[in-house]
Order: sequence, then C-alpha cells, then structure tokens
Amino acid sequence: MSLQDRLTELRDQGLADIKSADVLKKVNQVKVELLGKKGPITEVLRGMRDLTPEERPKVGAYANEVRDKLQAAIDHRRDELEQAAINKQLAAETLDVTLPGRQVPQGQPHVITQIITELEDLFIGMGYQIVDGDEVEEDYYNFERLNLPKDHPARDMQDTFYITKDVLLRTQTSADQPRSLESHDFSKGPLKVLSPGRVYRRDTDDATHSHQFHQIEGLVVDKHITMADLKGTLTLVANELFGDQFEVRLRPSYFPFTEPSVEADVTCFNCNGKGCAICKQTGWIEVLGAGMVHPHVLEMSGIDPEVYGGFAFGLGPDRFAMLKYGVDDIRNFYLNDVRFLSQFYKKG
Amino acid sequence: MRISYAWLRDYLKLDLPADELAEKIERTAVEVDGVIRPSAGLKKVVVGHVLECVPHPNSDHLHICQVDVGEADPIQIVCGAPNVAAGQMVIVALPNSWIGGHTKIKRSKMRGEVSNGMLCALDELGFDEKLVPKEVADGIFILPADATPGEPVFSYLGMDDEIIDMSVTPNRGDMLSMNGTAHELAAIYDQTPTMPKVDLTEDAADLADDDLNITVQADEQAVPQYKMRLIKNVTIKPSPLWLQIRIWNAGMRPINNVVDATNYILMQYGQPLHAFDFDQLDAGQVNVRFAKAGEQLTTLDGEERDLLATDLVICSNDKPICLAGTMGGLATEVTDQTTSIALESAIFDAVKIRKTAHNHNLHSEASMRYERGIDHGATEKALDAAAAMIAKLGDGTVTSGIVVGRDEDVQPVEVAITLTRINHVLGTDLSLDTVSDLFKRLDFPTTVTDDTFNVTVPSRRWDIHIPADLIEEVARLYGYDNLPSTLPTGQPTIGKLNETQQAIRDARKLMESAGLTQAISYSLTTDSKARAFALHASDVTTLDFPMSSERTTLRLSLISGLLDDLAYNNARKEQDVALYEQGRVFFSQPEQVRPKEVEHLAGAITGSMVKTAWDTEATPVDFYQIKGIVAGYLKSLALVDPISYVATTAHAEMHPGRTADIYVGDQLVGFVGQIHPTTAKAYKIRETYAFELDLAALIALPKARQQYQPISKFPSITRDVAMLIDDTVTNADIVALINDKGGAHLQDVHLFDLYNGKHVPDGKKSLAYTLTYQDQEATLVDEDVTKAFDKVLSALTEDLGAEIR
Ligand SMILES: [Zn+2]
Repeated sequence: MSLQDRLTELRDQGLADIKSADVLKKVNQVKVELLGKKGPITEVLRGMRDLTPEERPKVGAYANEVRDKLQAAIDHRRDELEQAAINKQLAAETLDVTLPGRQVPQGQPHVITQIITELEDLFIGMGYQIVDGDEVEEDYYNFERLNLPKDHPARDMQDTFYITKDVLLRTQTSADQPRSLESHDFSKGPLKVLSPGRVYRRDTDDATHSHQFHQIEGLVVDKHITMADLKGTLTLVANELFGDQFEVRLRPSYFPFTEPSVEADVTCFNCNGKGCAICKQTGWIEVLGAGMVHPHVLEMSGIDPEVYGGFAFGLGPDRFAMLKYGVDDIRNFYLNDVRFLSQFYKKG
Repeated sequence: MRISYAWLRDYLKLDLPADELAEKIERTAVEVDGVIRPSAGLKKVVVGHVLECVPHPNSDHLHICQVDVGEADPIQIVCGAPNVAAGQMVIVALPNSWIGGHTKIKRSKMRGEVSNGMLCALDELGFDEKLVPKEVADGIFILPADATPGEPVFSYLGMDDEIIDMSVTPNRGDMLSMNGTAHELAAIYDQTPTMPKVDLTEDAADLADDDLNITVQADEQAVPQYKMRLIKNVTIKPSPLWLQIRIWNAGMRPINNVVDATNYILMQYGQPLHAFDFDQLDAGQVNVRFAKAGEQLTTLDGEERDLLATDLVICSNDKPICLAGTMGGLATEVTDQTTSIALESAIFDAVKIRKTAHNHNLHSEASMRYERGIDHGATEKALDAAAAMIAKLGDGTVTSGIVVGRDEDVQPVEVAITLTRINHVLGTDLSLDTVSDLFKRLDFPTTVTDDTFNVTVPSRRWDIHIPADLIEEVARLYGYDNLPSTLPTGQPTIGKLNETQQAIRDARKLMESAGLTQAISYSLTTDSKARAFALHASDVTTLDFPMSSERTTLRLSLISGLLDDLAYNNARKEQDVALYEQGRVFFSQPEQVRPKEVEHLAGAITGSMVKTAWDTEATPVDFYQIKGIVAGYLKSLALVDPISYVATTAHAEMHPGRTADIYVGDQLVGFVGQIHPTTAKAYKIRETYAFELDLAALIALPKARQQYQPISKFPSITRDVAMLIDDTVTNADIVALINDKGGAHLQDVHLFDLYNGKHVPDGKKSLAYTLTYQDQEATLVDEDVTKAFDKVLSALTEDLGAEIR
C-alpha cells in the first residue's frame, strides 16, 4: 500500500471514528490516537524518508491535508457535542415563567393625594407657589376677611366647627387668601398661589357629607388679570382632570369673596352630555366655583383694587374623585379600607 | 322659587321650550334645579259630567255614577267619595289611564257592579298632599261647571303648565318674585315686560287712620318701613280656581281668599305681607318692638314659643301678636269669621329675621325673603295690590289711606364705571354701544360721558351698588360663553415646591416604596384617642360644640387614627395591613388659642407584609421590620447628627419592652415599637407595630452636604468575632465599644449572627460581627490589623464581660 493510500485509509477511518464519537471524551481519544505523536499519521510521515525527493513534498502535502481535515472534523464534532450538552442543560433548567415573581411590598398614594398632586404639578408648571395654610383658623380670616361678616346669610351655607368664639376649623381653603394677599410683596411680581388642604364642616357624616374633606384654592393677583384668564385657567384644570374632549361652561353663581362669581360645569364624562343619572339629566357636571377677587377682599388686605385685580377658584378633590371613579360614598376616603385604597393605582 | 311658565307669559312674549328657557336662566342668572311638568306621566284623564248618581245596592258608602265623558254613551263608574253628586263636573281616569304615582287604572267590578275607571281627587293626580286645599282633601275634586266633558283635565287644573324650579343664590333675592324674574328675562331676551297694574278703589269716607294706630318702637335699622292698610266687610271663602292654581303651582297650599291674595302678591312682588284679623287687635292698636325675655307667643302652627330679646315682634297694645317677618300669631289669624283685615307690608332687618328664623327653627317664604333683602321701593305698591285683591275676592272695601308706622326715603343708587375698566376686568374688547345696550336691556337708566357710564340702579336691584356689581351684570348678560379664553400674562414667576413640601412628597414616596399605603384619617377624634401616642406632653384642642362624641378633639398623634383604620380593616377580615399617614397634629400652645400644627409621619403594620406564596412563607411583621422601614427613611434624609434608638417605657400605649425613642443627636424626633397588647385590644386590632415621627423637626435638622469620597485603591481586611455575652448588653453597647476601640482603620461593624437557642446558657446570647479594616492611603499590614482587632477583643472581654468564642 502506498503512503498515499495509507493516508487515505487513515483519513476515512478517522472521519468515521470522529463521526461516531458520541461524547467529548471519545472525540479527544480519537484525536490522541490519530494525531498524537505516536499516532499512525506521525508514523506514516516517518516512512517518508524512504521516498524519493520528488515524491516527498507531494506525500507531505497530502499528509498535512489529511491531518487538517481530521483536525477540522474533530473541532466540528467537539462543537456539536458541546452545544448539545449546553442545550441539554438549558432544557433541564427551564422554568415556568408564568409563575408569579417574588413579592416586593409596594404601597401607594391615597386617591385624594393623587388628584392634589396632579393639580399641584399642573400649577407649579404655570408658576404658582403651593401654600399650606393652617387648619385651625381665626373666624376673621375664614369669614370676615372674605367679605363674610358675622350674620351674613352665606355663612349658613357653611356650618362651622368652632373652638372658641373667634377660632374655628377652617371651612374653606379660601381662608388662606387674605393671608397670602397681606404677606405678598407685589414689587417682586404677581401673586400666584395654590392652597390644597383639609377643611371641616359641621355636618353629620353620610354618603354625600363628610365633616372632613379637601379643597384646593387657587389665587392670582396682578395688575392685569382678566376674567378671560380665569376662563382659560379653569378650562385647563378641567382638561387635566377629565380630558380635553370635554366642554367647559361658566354660569353665574355667588360667593361673597368674588365678583363676578361663576360656577364651572364640564360635559358629563359619563354620558358625553346626553343626560344620565350622574349629571341629573343635565349633561353637565358642576366641578368648581370661581370668580374675580372682590374689591373689598383686596381692600381689606391693603391692596388697591383700582390697581390690582385677580381671580380665585376652588374645587373639591373628594368630589372630583367621586365623579371620576364613581365612588358613591364619601366616607370611603377616610375609612381607609385597603380594598378601597388599592384600587386607585397611579403615581402620586 | 318655582316660576310658572304660564304666569311668566303675562309679562313677556316667550314661546321657546321650557327646557331652553331654564338653560338660559341657568347660564345667565341663577341655577335651575329642573323643569316640573305636573301632568308628566298622566294619560287618559278627562273631564266627566255626572249624569246620574245612585247608592250602590251592596254598599253603604259607594255610589254608582253614569258619567258623560264626551263619548256617544255615558259610562258607569263606581265611586266611594262622600261628596260625589249628580250634575258635577269631575276628574275621570278612563280605563287604561295613568294617574299619579305611576298607577294604571283598569276596568273593574266593585261589589258586583262594573266600574269603567275612577273619579279622582287631586292627590290621586300626583298633587303633593301639602298643596291640596283642605276643603277638597277628603273627596273628589269638582271642576268648574263650564268644563267640557271628554277633554283632558290638565288645562283646568294648571297641570299643563311648566314650572321652572330656580335655586336662587343669596345675592339675587330680587329673583324670588315673578316681577323680578320677569325683569331679568326681559333683559336676557331684550323685551319690555308688561308689569302688573294696581287697580285700587278706596272708600273715601272711611279713613284707615281712624281705626288703626301704629307705633314702631324698634330702631330704624331693625324696622326701616312699617305700613298697613285696613280692609273692611270681607267675606272669607275659597279663592277662585285660577288663583288656587297659581298658588299650588308656586308650591303653596291654597287656604282662603285673603291668605291666598297675600301669598299671590308675595310671589308677584317678593314683598311678604301679613293679614291680621282686625277685630282681634286691641282697639286697633299696633306696636312693633323687640321682645322681652319671658314673653310668649302662640304662632299659627299652634306652637307656644318663648320669645328672645333678639326677636322683633308685632304687638297689639304691647301684647305680642306676631313674630315679625317669620310667622303670625294664632290669636289674630284670619278665620272664616273674620270680616276686617289689617294688612301689613313692612321691611325688617335681614340679620334680625335670620336670627329669629334660626332660633325658632321657623323658615318661611317670608323669612327667606327678608333674609335676602327685599325691594325697599315696592312696599306700598305691594300693599295696594294686595288690598285691592282682597277687596275684590272678598267683596270688601279698602279704607282710605295707608297707615304708616315708619317710612324711609328710598333713592336709586348711582354707580359710575368706565368702559376701559369693564374690558380690563373681563379681558374683552366690548364697544360703548354694546355695553350701553346691556344697561338698557336691564332697564337701568344710563348716561354716557366719554368712556364713563353713569348708571342709575332702581331699588328692585338692591344687590348692585359698586362698579364690580355692574361688571358682573355686563359679563353674565354678554354671556360667559362669549368671553375669550386666555392665561395670565405679565411678569413670569417660578413655580416650585418649597423644601418642606418637597420633603413631604419624598417621605410619601419612600413610605410607599417600603410597602406602606397612604391613609387619610380623621383629624377629629375622641378626647382619649386624641391624647394617645402623643410624642410630647400637650393639652388638646377641643370643639366648642361638637356634632358627635366621636369627633370632639384634634389629634396629637397620627398613630391613633391609623389604628382605627387597622381596626376597620381587621373587622372586615383584612388581616395584612400596612398603612402610613402624613398629616398634621395639633399641640396646644400656652397663652394661645390656636394650636401649633405640626407635620408628622406615622406608620402602622399588622399581619404580614408579604403573603404566603408558592415561593415565600408569610413572615409576621415584627419590631425589626418596622424599625427597618424607619431606619431606611431616616437614612434617606442624610442627617448630620447620629441617629439613636433608646429603649423606653415612657409611652403608656406602647409595649414597654419593645419600644424605642428615636433621637437625632440629642433631639427626640419620634418613637417606634409594638402597640401595647392592652391598647391593641381596646382598639380591636391584632399585634401591631407602629412609628410616629416629627416630620417638621426632621425637615428642619441639618443635612449632610453630599461630597464625593474617593474609593480606596487598597484592599480591605476583615476579621470576625463571635462572643457569648449577657442578655442585658445591647447591640448598641457592643457596636459603640467596637467603634471606640477599633482604631483608625476600622471602617464598618456588621452584625451577622444572633443566637440564643440551644447550647447558650440562660441569660446569655451569642453574637457575631464582621469588622472591616481599610486604609485610604496604603495597603494594610496584617499584623497591624491583628493588633487592632486584639484590642477590641480584650475590651469586649474586660468592659462587657464577653466570652470570645
Ligand atoms: Zn351624564
């Protein structure tokens, strides 16, 4: 048998052995046996010294070719087997990815905080400051400075918790208005404030009344603030809370501390204005009260109403939440049933 | 105020649908609660003529009637009303008709006799019982003789009217009358209203002054006007149907011709009137004064009332006969026997009437109007109109002249405003003509000089006296819908949360990411709950006149409210609850009426924060869980001074062995621990852990300036120490000692094991710490670390009696 034939035979046998090796160990064994220093190919190469100088390079080249081929076959088989091993391992490690993840306790903000925060951010974006007034207020600020002297009929609209004759739990966040007005330095620019907070009324708690609830009061005073500015601002508020597909209408109302006074209605989000139980068949939902700051209120705070003017608006986050989410009992907000609180998941 | 559309048409040409009219009123003037249609839902209710009426053979009270209902043949109806009789025009509910209360009437048999429907009383047509005249309350209603059989009955009863129910704001008292509403609608629709004319004939020979004598002792502020007329020879009887209809459609009960006339004029002019039985007065003497303590008066409702010194009373010969502006007295009431009427038209001070109505809980149509003010220019016109009407309806005569107890000079108010000012406030660009036209529509005489309007406001609009009032008139008549929509311009301002507000928001976020859900509890609670868990000793702030014993006092802690929340959840089988609250507590301040309002942060957890799941065992919450939440939050504040937890037994509501006061430096900022089992039982909650932090104090404390510290390039070396030590020695003691003796390179002390189970002697525990050493500048030499570590070990042994293992 010529050396070439021997090499061919070794090649074919080797390739067959590599192919049949089913574990890495066998592949390595084949490699050592075929290509090792004591292997048959090395032996064949040793036999080259008996060849003629013409034949030597030819056989040498062929031997290298066979060796390379075998080496490539071994590498390939090894990759194949390694990949198979990995695949087998991965298959064994397969999880049910639909099982729940490990619990990380997560709390969430109260729905009323969510609404207040949303509006705070809206108004901060328009250059307003947030003001936190006191909950225990003087009658003087809560009423008198808002153009509601003692014995004013509109006081009936707000039954009040008194601490003493002159001190009360504020019935409205508007009580912050006179304090903001008297402390603001108008030489530094306009007054633009938003006062959210708790208010109290002497009411018996039931589904629609709560002795404690929240209000957000907005106040802007400058040299040229118009009712059109108020309308634009209220439209923005309604759009923020209910979406901009709804219409806003203003209609006359009465608050002693504003004039003109208006109430803002927004198209009923439930029936789109067609009329339903939520909007009492009117197609509109009353969402806030507002108006141009009454000249007496400005005067009482030492501000010249001939030079300065402004608007104020007030709204109730509790009422908003009830409307927006269909909450039918205001007491839910203060009983803190976790099954209630966890329904309003949103960033606060 | 209920406004009859039919009545409005006496004043104005209006043919638009009532709903449109209502919407217009709502958008321009006052809120509308709805449009009432009295005949809504009623069907096949017609006029019937009773041709024959015989007793039912099988009944002692039923009658069998043959009734002409406009068809070829009369129909037979069995009727149980006592007043049914042949010849009457009656209300017939035909077979398959619908009457009030969604009731369907069917053909039936009554004791063997066929009844093809029903003869109806007013309340059966859906009339409110309070509106049905007393004389027709017990039987079927008899229609006028000229009614046409077969015709729907509604037009005969005013039930085809549409009634707009307005909710009048306190400033628009002028709209509590037909006249006022007509003026308003005239302005809205640019019409000239036809106002009612008074057609009064006086008996020139009979002077009222001769019989009536009035003295007003109360001051002019309390009683600015007091006038009377005297009407004689009056026959008291039911009012004609047209008047009864107007009265009941206005939401009042027809009584008799005199009372109905006063109520009619009240509705028309907005002027409360009171009719006294003149013969019950003491010699025609009337005086008006404040009541004296101890005086009593029996009012029309039969109630004997103790009068207050703030009550204005009408007296006869100084004996109270009427609570002014609120309710008449029983003794001088107009009855069927009355023949002479002393008719009062007066103005009383709003505040006084408000007090009287409030104190006696007597809120009437009259008091409601006095409280909102009335037209000072219309007392006489209303008095004349009422006198004329009473005389006409009661076939009486009006004596000559008005007896004036007090009068005042009523002048229209002049208000000046510039066009520039109007446009400046409204943000509009209205022209002089547009605004002039609006004032003209309001029927406010106006002169224009340059850009100034000089507006004369008639007394019927007493709510208008300053320029802002006129701006409101212009704005609402021009239409809020027509205003442009803009945002404030002018010098820009920067909107930003202040440090406290930002810190409060951060606190909320941190609590939520630690697994606590925000609660908002009541600030008002019971006295004992308000005092519970107070961080500092303080008195409480208490309501003067609470609504219930559950809500009397402002809280000193937030924990108390959170425990109420937990109890609410526990009672509803929600056992795993983790809540926090951020809000104010109210510490009393000596010498001050108002308490100090302090922002606090508190949390309460019960059950477990992680539920048992396929991969997790629920772990009941414990002290270290809540402490971890608190510690995590405090760490986020980057306080300069060290935080320490000091065991305390000072909080009566907390577990004495499982509570720590929290200090920053030496300032007490809160506490954390387990709710005392006895307290938990009282609140009806399970094992609960809670904390309360003075958030305001934490926000005010100095914060560490953030500065970068280079990370050491040199490796650290650790040494572990395990020791057996007395139970009484705390972790804080050990860590403090290690830190004290640890040397310059000790970086961290970490407790990695605590054991006091088997093989640990009683009264001892086993603790193990890892100490980490590192040098910023150089590689530590092992020997140096060993030297430092040994120092710690001997200190532990010597100072704390530790047995190193
Ligand atoms: Zn709706």
